[in-house]
Amino acid sequence: MTTVGTSPRQPGLASVDEPIRIRTVTPEDVLTLVGAAIGALGLDWLVYERLLPFTGALGFWVCWYVLFALFYIAAAAMRWSRLVVRDKAIAVLVSTGGIFATAVVVDQIAYSFVKSLPAIVHPNFWTQTMVNTAVLQPLSSGGIVHAAVGSVEQLAIATVLSVPLGITAAVFLAEIGGALARPVRTIVNAMTALPSIIAGLLVYALVVLSFGLGKCGLAAGIAISIVMLPTVTRAAEVVLRVVPGTLREASFALGASHWRTVWKVILPTARSGLATAVVLAMARGIGETAPVLLVAGFSDTMNANAFQGWQATLPTLIFNNVFVEGEYPKLVERAFGAGFALMLVVVVLFAIARFLGGKRPGELTKRQVRQLRREAEQP
Amino acid sequence: MTDSANGQDYLPHLQEARSREPQDGYDTAVLSPGEQQLFGLEARNVSAWFSGHKVLERVSLHMEPGKVTALIGPSGCGKSTFLRILNRMHEMVQGAQLAGQVLLGGHDIYDPVVRPAEVRRRIGMVFQKPNPFPAMSIYDNVASGLKLSGIKVPDTSDLVEDSLRRAGLWQEVHRRLRSPGGALSGGQQQRLCIARSLAIAPDVLLMDEPCSALDPTSTNKIEETIAELSDQVTIVIVTHNMQQAHRVSENCAFFLATHDTPGYIVEFGPTEQMFTNPADQRTSDYVNGRFG
Ligand SMILES: Nc1ncnc2c1ncn2[C@@H]1O[C@H](COP(=O)(O)OP(=O)(O)OP(=O)(O)O)[C@@H](O)[C@H]1O
Ligand SMILES: [Mg+2]
Repeated sequence: MTTVGTSPRQPGLASVDEPIRIRTVTPEDVLTLVGAAIGALGLDWLVYERLLPFTGALGFWVCWYVLFALFYIAAAAMRWSRLVVRDKAIAVLVSTGGIFATAVVVDQIAYSFVKSLPAIVHPNFWTQTMVNTAVLQPLSSGGIVHAAVGSVEQLAIATVLSVPLGITAAVFLAEIGGALARPVRTIVNAMTALPSIIAGLLVYALVVLSFGLGKCGLAAGIAISIVMLPTVTRAAEVVLRVVPGTLREASFALGASHWRTVWKVILPTARSGLATAVVLAMARGIGETAPVLLVAGFSDTMNANAFQGWQATLPTLIFNNVFVEGEYPKLVERAFGAGFALMLVVVVLFAIARFLGGKRPGELTKRQVRQLRREAEQP
Repeated sequence: MTDSANGQDYLPHLQEARSREPQDGYDTAVLSPGEQQLFGLEARNVSAWFSGHKVLERVSLHMEPGKVTALIGPSGCGKSTFLRILNRMHEMVQGAQLAGQVLLGGHDIYDPVVRPAEVRRRIGMVFQKPNPFPAMSIYDNVASGLKLSGIKVPDTSDLVEDSLRRAGLWQEVHRRLRSPGGALSGGQQQRLCIARSLAIAPDVLLMDEPCSALDPTSTNKIEETIAELSDQVTIVIVTHNMQQAHRVSENCAFFLATHDTPGYIVEFGPTEQMFTNPADQRTSDYVNGRFG
C-alpha cells in the first residue's frame, strides 16, 4: 500500500473528522413554500368554484399557480429583505417552470407508454411483421420488427453520410473560416429551416427518378441525411468553438500542422460534445416521416435490403396505421406501440453516445481507475 | 539530442536553408559539454504591428547559445509579442505583422523555404498559463509533441521518463502517468508543459512568465529546472519578477514602451551588470522597483 498524499495523523486530533453538511434549504423555506401552496389551493377553490362563473381544470390550476406565487412572495416579504425575497421568488418561479416542463415530457412519455401497453406486452409485437395480419386481427398477431429494421438501417445510412460531412463542415467553419465561411454558414442555417419534405422531394427527383434507384431505404437514408446535416454541422461548430484557444496555441507551438492540431487536439478535446451533436441529429433524423414515406414507400413485409424495394419505418408505420381509412382501434394501439419503440431507440442512441463520447475531458474511465489502483499497489 | 539522434532527418526545410551560406559571421552553433550542438537566436531590427498599430520598434537582441536570457519590462511593452515572433507564433494572430529577421544558428526562420511548423518544433514555448491537453493522460501529454510534429523515436516511454525527469516532475507523477494531464496542480501542470516542450528536443525554449500563476515552491522547482536545462538548450524567459530574472538569467534585456512610442530595448547586457551597475537610469529605476 502506498500512503502518497496522506499525512500521518497528528496526535491529539479527534480520530473522526466528518465533513460538515452544507444546507441551503432550511425548514423555514420548505414550510413557506408548502404553506403558500396550500393557502393558494384553498383560496383558489373558494374563488374559482364558488364565486366566479368559471369551470375547467386548466383555468383552476393556472389561477392556483398565480395565487401561489403571490402568496409565496407575500409570505416571504414578511420576513426577509427585498433582495432575498426577489432572489427566492425568482428561484421558485424558475424551478416551478422547470418542473412543469419536465412534467409535460414525463406526461407524454407516460401517456404513450400506457396507450402502447396492450400492444407491447405481446412478444410477437417485437418479433413479427404485419405480412400475415389483417387490420382487424387481435394484437396477439403481427408486429413491427420490419419497421424497426427499416428505421435502424435508414438511420445508419443517414448517420454514415451526414456525420463525417457535417463534422468536416464544422471544422471548416470553426477552424479555417475565411471568405468562404460566410456563404457556407448561411446555407447551413437555411438548411436547418428547410422543411424536410423538400429534402424528400429533392431525393425523389434526383435519386429515385433521375438516378433510377427506385424507392428504397437508401433513398430515405439520403433524405434523412440532408435533414441531419445542418443539425450536426451547427452543433459541432459550437462545440469546436469552445475548445480553448490556448490548446490550439500549445499544439502549434509543438510544431504541429493545422491539420494535426485539429485531428489530435481539437477533435479529441471536443469529443463528448461532438457525440452529443451526433445524437441530437440522429434523434431528429429518426423521427422523419414525410420524406421517408415519399422515397421509401411503405411495406407490411420485412425488407432488410435497404438498397432495393420499399421499406417501412416506425414513423411511417405510425402514420399509416392512424390515417388508414376507417377506424381500427387495434391499428392505433399498434401505432402507440411503434411510438414506444421509437422512443426506446432514441434512448438507446443517447446511451450509446454517452458511452462513446463519454467522460468529460480529463475524467477517468473505469479501466483507467483500475489500472491506477493496480499501479499504486505495486511496490 | 541532436537531429541525427533520432536516426532520421525531419528537418529538410531548415536544413535546406542551412545548406545555403550562413547569413553572417554569427554562426552561433557551439558545442556544449555533452558534445551537443547548441543554437543561439539573433533578432535583427524586429518591428511588430497589431492591425497597423506598431508595438515593437527595431528590436535587435542576441540570445547566446546555451545561456538564459531574461526579458524584463513593464506590462504592455511588447515582451510577449517579441517572444512570439521568435517562434513564429506572432503571425497566428489576425492582423499581426512584423518586419526584421530572426536567425536561428545563423539562418533566418522567416526565410520563405522554412516551414513555420518546423521552426516551432525547434523553438519550443511554455506559456504563462499552463495548458496541458485535457483529453490526454500525463504520458500522452509528454509524448504529444512527437505525434503532433510527426517525429518517430525508438522508445517513447524512455523519452517520456527522461523529459519528465528533466522538468523535475518525474518523482511526483511516475505512479500515475495514465491519469489525465488536467488532474495536476498548477505548478505540476506547468512543469508538465515544460516536459512536453522538452520531449521534442528543441534548440531553444521560450518561456512567457512561466511562474506567474505559481506558488513559491513550484516557482523554485521551475527555476531549478531552468538552471539544469540551461546547458542543454538556449532559454529565453519573460518575467515580471526581478529576483527571478536575477537568479536564473545570464543576460538580460530591458524593454520599454511609452503610450505613444512602440516598445524597444533600453538596455541589454549581462544580468549581473544590469542589476548592479546599469548604464541607463531607467533600467536602474526599473530593476530597483522605482518605476511608474
Ligand atoms: N492580439 C492583440 N491585438 C492587438 N494588440 C495587441 C495584441 N496583443 C498585444 N497587443 C498590444 O501589443 C502591445 C504589447 O503587448 P505584449 O503582450 O507583447 O506586452 P507584454 O510586454 O507581454 O505585457 P505583459 O507584461 O503584461 O504580458 C500592448 O500594447 C498590447 O496592447
Ligand atoms: Mg506578456
